[in-house]
Amino acid sequence: MAMEITQILLNAQAVDGAVRKNAEENLKQFQEQNLPSFLFSLAGELANEEKPAESRKLAGLILKNALDAKEQHRKYELVQRWLALDVSVKAQIKSCLIKTLSSPSGDARSTASQVIAKVAGIELPQKQWPELIGTLLSNIHQLPPHTKQATLETLGYICEEVSPDAVEQDHVNKILTAVVQGMNSSEANNDVRLAATRALYNALGFAQANFSNDMERDYIMRVVCEATLSPEVKIRQAAFECLVAISSTYYEKLAPYIHDIFNITAKAVKEDEEPVALQAIEFWSSICDEEIDILDEYGGDFSADSDIPCFYFIKQALPVLVPMLLETLLKQEEDQDQDEGAWNIAMAGGTCLGLVARTVGDDIVPLVMPFIEGNITKPDWRQREAATYAFGSILEGPSPEKLVPIVNVALNFMLSALMKDPSNHVKDTTAWTLGRMFEFLHGSTLDTPIITPANCQEIITVLLQSMKDVPNVAEKACGALYFLAQGYEDMGPSVSPLTPYFQDILQALYGVTRREDAGESRLRTAAYETLNEVVRCSTDETAPMVMQLVPLIMMELHQTLETQKLTADEREKQNELQGLLCGCLQVIIQKLGSSEATKYVFLQCADQMMGLFLRVFSSKSATAHEEAMLAIGALAYAAGSNFEKYMSEFYRYLEMGLQNFEDYQVCAITVGVVGDLCRALEDKISPYCDGIMTQLLKDLSSNQLHRSVKPPIFSCFGDIALAIGENFEKYLIYAMPMLQSAAELSAHTSGADDDMTEYTNSLRNGILEAYSGIFQGFKGSPKTQLLMPYAPHILQFLDSLYMEKDMDDVVMKTAIGVLGDLADTLGNSAAPLIQNSVSSKDFLNECLSSDDSMIKESAEWAKMAISRAISF
Amino acid sequence: MAPPDHRRPYKRPAISDQQRRRELSLLRQAQSRLDAQHRARCLASSVLSLENPEPDSVPELELESKPGEERSEAPPKEFDVRQASKLRGAEARKWFARQLMLPEWMIDVPDRLSQDWYVFARPAGKRCFVVSSNGAAVSRLRNGSILHRFPSALPSGARTRDVSGSAQSYSILDCIFHEPDQTYYAIDMLCWRGYSLYDCTAEFRFFWLNSKLAETGACEPPSQYHRYRFSLVPVYNCDHSGLHAAYTGAAPYVKDGLLFYNKEAHYQTGNTPLALVWKDENCSQYVIDTDSQGNVPKQQQVVLELQEDGKLTTSDDPPVVFGCLDGDFIQKSGLCLGNLLRFAIGDGGLSFVDGGLDKADLCYLGKSNRARAFADSYSKIVFQHMVRHSPLKIDDFLSSISSSVDQENQPRDVEMAG
Repeated sequence: MAMEITQILLNAQAVDGAVRKNAEENLKQFQEQNLPSFLFSLAGELANEEKPAESRKLAGLILKNALDAKEQHRKYELVQRWLALDVSVKAQIKSCLIKTLSSPSGDARSTASQVIAKVAGIELPQKQWPELIGTLLSNIHQLPPHTKQATLETLGYICEEVSPDAVEQDHVNKILTAVVQGMNSSEANNDVRLAATRALYNALGFAQANFSNDMERDYIMRVVCEATLSPEVKIRQAAFECLVAISSTYYEKLAPYIHDIFNITAKAVKEDEEPVALQAIEFWSSICDEEIDILDEYGGDFSADSDIPCFYFIKQALPVLVPMLLETLLKQEEDQDQDEGAWNIAMAGGTCLGLVARTVGDDIVPLVMPFIEGNITKPDWRQREAATYAFGSILEGPSPEKLVPIVNVALNFMLSALMKDPSNHVKDTTAWTLGRMFEFLHGSTLDTPIITPANCQEIITVLLQSMKDVPNVAEKACGALYFLAQGYEDMGPSVSPLTPYFQDILQALYGVTRREDAGESRLRTAAYETLNEVVRCSTDETAPMVMQLVPLIMMELHQTLETQKLTADEREKQNELQGLLCGCLQVIIQKLGSSEATKYVFLQCADQMMGLFLRVFSSKSATAHEEAMLAIGALAYAAGSNFEKYMSEFYRYLEMGLQNFEDYQVCAITVGVVGDLCRALEDKISPYCDGIMTQLLKDLSSNQLHRSVKPPIFSCFGDIALAIGENFEKYLIYAMPMLQSAAELSAHTSGADDDMTEYTNSLRNGILEAYSGIFQGFKGSPKTQLLMPYAPHILQFLDSLYMEKDMDDVVMKTAIGVLGDLADTLGNSAAPLIQNSVSSKDFLNECLSSDDSMIKESAEWAKMAISRAISF
Repeated sequence: MAPPDHRRPYKRPAISDQQRRRELSLLRQAQSRLDAQHRARCLASSVLSLENPEPDSVPELELESKPGEERSEAPPKEFDVRQASKLRGAEARKWFARQLMLPEWMIDVPDRLSQDWYVFARPAGKRCFVVSSNGAAVSRLRNGSILHRFPSALPSGARTRDVSGSAQSYSILDCIFHEPDQTYYAIDMLCWRGYSLYDCTAEFRFFWLNSKLAETGACEPPSQYHRYRFSLVPVYNCDHSGLHAAYTGAAPYVKDGLLFYNKEAHYQTGNTPLALVWKDENCSQYVIDTDSQGNVPKQQQVVLELQEDGKLTTSDDPPVVFGCLDGDFIQKSGLCLGNLLRFAIGDGGLSFVDGGLDKADLCYLGKSNRARAFADSYSKIVFQHMVRHSPLKIDDFLSSISSSVDQENQPRDVEMAG
C-alpha cells in the first residue's frame, strides 16, 4: 500500500479527469476500509524525502482536512474520530509530522506546520500531547535556519488554533521568548525573522501575563517597533500588523509607547510602500475603534466606571494626526470608484479621518476646514475630491450646532458641483457627502433643519437629475435620496414635504432600476433600496401612487420567472433581482397593509402576488427565498384569516424553509413567518401544526442549526399555543421537556462573556414567551390542569432568574408576565406554589417599582392575576 | 492562513436595506406577538356573558329536536361590553342590569362588621357604568340607556396622543352620577386598561381604584378633552369611627344611604349579600318607596314575577315565593309567564317563622311599569316592611360592633364533632 499511495496521490492531481476521478475513489475506499492505516500512510508520505513534492503536499492537505472542517457538526465528528484512534498510531503520525519540520522542502515543512497545529488544536484542550511545546522548543537555538523558521511558524499556527487557557503559562513564556528572540534584529535570517513576527501576531492573545509585566512588555514592544524598521518590507508589514493587534488587545498598556508609535507610523504613512502604510493607518483606525467603544460605554457620564479608562490618545495626537491623514487624501487612484475591490492609502486615510471625527467630535472641525477651503475650488480634480471627501468624512461625530452652519453654506456649492463638476470622481464623492449630510443632520430630532421648503425642490431636482449620471454617481445619488426620505419617515401622519415630488421620485427610481447599466456599481440595488425607503415614508395622500407601483413590480418579478436557459452567472443575477423585487413588494405590503384604507384595494392583488412568491421558491438562491418568505409573512399579516386559502400550496415551502439548516437566515425568517401565520389564521392553522411542530422540534435538537434560530423557535411555540389553545395538548409532552432543559441551561450565565450573556437572555426570552403563550392558550379550557405538573419548575426558573440578577429588561418584562399568566390560568390550585415563590414577592415588588413602563405594566397585571388566584 | 485583511467599508452606508427589512419584519412580529399576548390576557377574563336565556322568550319550534340536546338558545351568547352596546330595548336593559353588582338591602346586621366590611356614604344620583375605550367615554344607566357620551381623561377616553395604552384597551367604572355638581362618583372599578378586576377582592379593587383613577387626571376639573369630573368616595373600615364618619361626616355630595362592602367579595354581577345598602331619614331623602307621583302610598307596594305554576316570586336566585295566583285569575286577566306584577301588602303584612318568610298578605294592583326589568328582591321588600314597622337603626350597628369586639376577646367554646 505504501508504494501505491504515492501513485494514487499523483493521479489525484492528473490532468486526465478519468484518472483523477479513479484516484479520488481509491483514496475514499482506502480511508473507509482502514482509517488508521490511511492516515499513517499520508503522514509517512509527507515525511518521506524520497517522494515527489506533489504527492507529499497533497498527503499533508488530505491529512489536514481529516482533522478539521468549516461546518461545526462536521468538525465535531472529525475531532471525535481522531480522539478515538489508537494511541500508538497517533504517536507514529505525530512523529512523522515533527520530523518533516526539518525537511529541506519548504512546502513539506509548511504543510507539516499546519497539520501539527490542527492536531494540537484537538489534543491540547484534552491535556494530550503535553510534550509538544517542549519538543518544538528544545535546542531551538541550535537548529538550522530552515527548521527554526518552520518551528516558529508551527508555534504561530498552534497559537492561532488553540485557546489560551489550553496552554500553561510556563509554555506560553517559552513560546514568547523563542518568538521574540526570533524577531530580534540580531537574527540574521530574514525568513526566520518574518516567521517569528507572524508567529507573534498569533501569540499576542497568550501574552496577557507578560503584558502586565513592565519589563517583559517593554522588551516585546521594543522588538516589535524595531521590526517596523527592518529593511525587508514583509517584516515591516508583519510588525505593523502586530502593532494593530496590540492596539486592540492591550489598549490600556499603550500610553508609554504611543509617542514613539506615532513617529513610526507617521514615517511609514509618508514614505513607506503602500502595504506597510495601510497598516500604519490601520493602527490609528483601530485606536479610534477602541476609544469610540470606551466613550460609548461612558455614555457621556464621566463618573461611570468603565473596565478600561480612556487615554484620549486620538485627542492628544489630533494636531499632528489630522494633517497626516489629510495628506493621504490626495493620493487617490484614477478609477477607484469603479473598482469594487479597491483599497488604497487615500481610502484608508479618509476612513480613518471619519473615525477620528467620531472619536473627538467638534475638535476636528477647525483642523479640517482650512484644508477643505483651500482645495475645494482648485483646478486639479484630486484637490477638489480630497476636500469633498474630507468634508464628508467629518459629518458624523461633531455636534449639529457645529456642523449645521457650515453645511448650510456648503449645500448649494455641493448641489452645483454634483451637476457641473467635470470629474466623475468628484461628483461621486459629492453625492456621497450630500448623503452623509442627510443621514446625520436631517430628521425630526434636529432643531434646525438643513432642508427647508425653500431648498427642498432644488435638492430633489438635482438628485433626480444625478440619477441619470454614470452608474457610480447615480448610485450615490440614490443613497442620498434614501437618507433624505428616512429623515421624513417618523414625521407621523402629517403632510410630508415629499408629497409634491412623490410621483417624480417614484418614476425616477423605477427608471433607474430599468437602466441597461444598472448592474454596475450596485446601482440597481441602491435604486430598489431607495424605492423601499420612499415607500416607507409615504402617507395616506401618496398611498395611491405606491399602489400604482404594485403591478409594475409584479410584472418585473413575473419576467424574471419566465426567463429560461440562463448561464450560471446570469442566473445569479436573476436571483439577486428576484430578491430585490420580493423585498420591494414586502415593504409595499407592510406599508399598505398597515392602513385599513389601503389594505382592501391592495389585497385584490394578493392571489397573483402569492402565486409569484411561490414560484420564487423554485430558485436555488437563499437570498431570494429569504425575501419571498419575508414578503409572505407580511402578506399573511395583512390578509388575516383570508390567508388560509394559500396554505395548502404554501405549506411545503414553509416546511422546506424550516429544514434549511444551511442558510440559517432562511430558517430563522421562516420561523418568524410561522408566528405571522398563527396570528393571521388562529385555529385555522391547526391542520398544519403536526408538521410544523415536528419540524421545529427537529430544529431544536439539531446541532447543525445556528444557535441564533433557537430562541425564536421557542417563542414560536407560544405563538402556536396561543393560536390553537387547548389543542396544543398533544405537543406538551414534547415541547415542555425541551423548554425545561433549555430553561435549566439558561438559568445561569456566570462567567460568560457579553455575547454569551446576550444570547442567554434571548434564549430566556424565547422560553418565557413560549410559557406565556401556552398558559394563555389554555386559559379557560377544562384542560388547564394538564399544565399544573409544569408549574413548580416554571416558578423555580423565574426564581432563579431573579436570583441570578443578570437578566435584561426584556427578559424581566416577559418573566413577570409569565408569573401573571401562570396565576391567571391555573388559578387557585397554583396559589400555594405561587405564594411560596420568591418571584411573587421580591421579584414582583422590584418590577412594580421599575422605571420601565413595560415592566411595570406586566407587573401590575401579574399582581392582579395573583391576587385573583389566591383570593378564590 | 492569509494575513489579516484590515479593509474597511468605504463610502457605504452602514446599514443595508436588506438588514433593515429583516429588522422591521422582526419588529412587526414582536409587536404583533405583544398585541396577541395582551389581547389574550385581557380577553377571557373580561368577557361578560349573557348568562341566562331570556325567561320570557318563547322557545322556537324545532323540527328535528334531538333528545338530550340543549335548547337552541341555551349556549350563552358571549358579549363584551362593547358588543353589548349594540343591543337594544329590553335585551339591552336586561343585559346591562345584570352587569352591575346590586347590593341587597340590609335586614339584619352581618357578623364581624368591623373586621370584614367597608362602609361609605352612597352619593345620591344615577347608578351607571362608565366605559372608556377608543377615544371616548360612555356612561349607561342600569337600563342600558346612554346617559352621556363624552371625552374624558380616563384611559383611552379621549382622542389625544395618549400613548399609555393600546387603543384596544378599555376601562369600566361603576359610578353614581351626581347631578348637583355634575360629577361621576366612582364607587367601584371593573376593568382598568383592559385588565379585568371582576375576580379581585373589594379590598384590592378599592385600592386599585384609589391609586389609579387620580393618576389619569380624571379627578381634575373639566376641560376640552375631559367633560366630566370624576371623584372618589371616601371608604372607611366599618368600625366605630368609620361608621360615624360615613354616617354623620361632611361629604361633598348629597348622601343617599350607606353602602357596606365585604372586603373579600369579588365583583359579582346581580344581587349579592356581600354588598348591602341601608338608609334612614338622617342620611337619605328616600327611605320609604314612593309611587310615580312621588307620594308615599298608604300600603307598601311590591313587584313580583309570575312563574309557570302561578307562583309569585322575587328576583333573587333562587327566587323566594311570596304567594300564588290561581289559574282562572291568570287567564281572566290575560297574564302570562314572566310578567312583572304590582301588589300592595295588606294589613296582614308579612309574617316570619325561623327567620324565613311564612306568609304575605298580597293584593293585586296590576302590571308593573314597562321600564322595570326585574321583580323586587326579597331583601328590598323586607327592608321596606321593616322601615314601616320596626326599622334597623344606626345604634344597632354600633352596638353590634361593640359586642363583636367583646366576643373577640372571650374564649370560645370548642364544638365537638364526635
